[in-house]
Amino acid sequence: MKSGTAVPGRELLNADPRVKLIAAKMKKEHYQPDALIEILHTAQNAYGYLPKEVLAYITQSLHLPPSRVYSTVSFYHFFSLKSKGEHTCLVCTGTACYVKGAQTILNEIERRLGLKAGQVTADNKLGVQVARCIGACGLAPAVVLDDEVQAKVTAEEIVNKINAKIGNI
Amino acid sequence: MNRQDLKTIIYAEKKKVETNKYKHKICVCCGAGCISSGSEEVMKKLQEEISTRGLENDVEVIPTGCMGPCNQGPLMKFLPEYNMYQKVDCSNISAIVQSQLVEKKPIEDLLLFADSREKPFLDARDDPFFKKQLKIALKNCGHINPEKIEDYLVHNGYLALDKALFEMTAEEVIAEVKQSRIRGRGGAGYPTGLKWETVYKYVNEQKYVICNGDEGDPGAFMDRSVLEGNPHRVLEGMAIAGYAIGANKGYAYIRGEYPLAIKRFELAIKQAKKLGLLGTNILGTSFSFDVEVRIGAGAFVCGEETALIASIEGKRGTPRPRPPFPAESGLWGKPTLINNVETYAAISPIINNGGEWYSEIGTPKSAGTKVFALAGKINYAGLIEVPMGTTLREIVFEIGGGIQNGEAFKAAQTGGPSGGCIPAEHLDVKMDYESLVSLGSIMGSGGLIVMDKSSDMVDVARFFMEFCMDESCGKCVPCRVGTRMMHDLLQKICDNKATRNDLERLEELAVYVKETSLCGLGGSAPNPLLSTLRHFRQEYESRIKEHELSELR
Repeated sequence: MKSGTAVPGRELLNADPRVKLIAAKMKKEHYQPDALIEILHTAQNAYGYLPKEVLAYITQSLHLPPSRVYSTVSFYHFFSLKSKGEHTCLVCTGTACYVKGAQTILNEIERRLGLKAGQVTADNKLGVQVARCIGACGLAPAVVLDDEVQAKVTAEEIVNKINAKIGNI
Repeated sequence: MNRQDLKTIIYAEKKKVETNKYKHKICVCCGAGCISSGSEEVMKKLQEEISTRGLENDVEVIPTGCMGPCNQGPLMKFLPEYNMYQKVDCSNISAIVQSQLVEKKPIEDLLLFADSREKPFLDARDDPFFKKQLKIALKNCGHINPEKIEDYLVHNGYLALDKALFEMTAEEVIAEVKQSRIRGRGGAGYPTGLKWETVYKYVNEQKYVICNGDEGDPGAFMDRSVLEGNPHRVLEGMAIAGYAIGANKGYAYIRGEYPLAIKRFELAIKQAKKLGLLGTNILGTSFSFDVEVRIGAGAFVCGEETALIASIEGKRGTPRPRPPFPAESGLWGKPTLINNVETYAAISPIINNGGEWYSEIGTPKSAGTKVFALAGKINYAGLIEVPMGTTLREIVFEIGGGIQNGEAFKAAQTGGPSGGCIPAEHLDVKMDYESLVSLGSIMGSGGLIVMDKSSDMVDVARFFMEFCMDESCGKCVPCRVGTRMMHDLLQKICDNKATRNDLERLEELAVYVKETSLCGLGGSAPNPLLSTLRHFRQEYESRIKEHELSELR
């Protein structure tokens, strides 16, 4: 998608099937501003993140000031304004995982990929994130690789699995 | 559906169970933990094995919610024998089925805890892990298929709602909850009955019931397990609450990180609506109640009730000063009742068995049972439910099977970033609201993380402060700036660069932040710091001494 388009309107709606999902959701919620977070969830699920154009489209449709939408988006961890990468590696840093060495795992992944949590590799192949707690404490330390929970992992195992996904790191 | 129809359905379902041809029932744990360990493949393989052997008419295989010992998963349970298998691998299934169903004896080496106990218990209920527990909120978790409302109905599901609607007035329901002396299971421990009565007393055409499933404490998975294992129980509790306070609309706010819980809860709503147990004119009465799910978007502060309300309204989840309390002016300015998932899960047994029955469990000031998420350096991590007043020692050493690798117990952390650490000399503390507060911790929502000597307590305090600093919503200065300053000081101590003055400054700040923050997040953010200072001061002192010595060198 082109970036920087201020008011996308119809063309965007026609061009991208994902927008239809958002349009349907907004209609279902009767364009109520209260449903903003629900609608943002739908958009984020469709795109993997929230492109500026999509936010502009939602803002317009719900008749909300852009500041209200931006303030909500930037408040919640779940919403992202940038692409999270083709593959995602989410390291749980909840208490149980912390006690069992999640920091070591994260440090090793960051060192091997040469980036920090929250960043994406230069080729957009892999994004590394941290989670507050994924609630799989019995399986600590846990890492979620492309929506699949990897239980009781070591740094080496995760690095190997990442290697298998995106090639040598 | 009217009342008679419900009774007919329950009767028919029970009859089906009594007369059914199944001689055996195999439960496969499909809680989020076991699914991550591969239980869905196990379930598939098991079904294949049963049909290859032509046993479909004798054996029923069902997926269930969390069975408890999560780090031993995937778990599988044979009924009626109660033989429970751990770490089930697809390659073992054929042998297990052969031994269990054909030769009629369990394979002892594969039973639960076979690799860690001298001899495993054939009947899992005899194992200390289960024997010490008393399951009320989790009663049906791990026994029923959470995706089938009929399974819940067979276990007397929705009978409490039926009883409340037909045999009790709203006042009587509230009186029963008050008599049970149950306190809010979300952490603060406010008497639930009193809260219900307060909302009931506000006169308003529109009132709301909210279920707080924004389980934000790191190291806690109780609400997740209840929602995944028995969503109908929570739904029933919400409907009873709606009847009691006079609300016709409920919202369940569930963390976005729990997709399975959301899926199962939404399914439960759909099923209950189809049977007329939710929606307009429930069971033919004039009471109508509808529930909608709201998905959280990842903000710890949304566990605070006013922030949660703002989030349901589609705004930034920032708290506001109280009063007015949500009971008076909550969602869209209407009287609103907010309770935790676990609190709602305890309502139907209270209505069915009476408040007096519940109040006799636990301790005089903390009645009933509490669900804990046991994790960390413990042998048997998982989900447990014990009567209030059970000692920490019983939980860690009898239920949890002691510390991993035979290490010594150093501390247990309760209450997450709002709680504190309990050291070894207080292992005999009774787990109830007051006793934990007297030690500088809190009950919290139920996360219980066990630590051994590998945990550095100054770093533990820094870890939680970093969490609070990141999660501070930024609305009030004491929390926004205070948590940052405390974190930086703690980091300085961790790096062996702090002086005695820094420690003094830290202690001073802790008091300021605690007393002047707007909401519970800031108000309790210094707790992990204060409790580690209280019980592990020598660890702080030794780092400062080290720095002083290095300055002299």
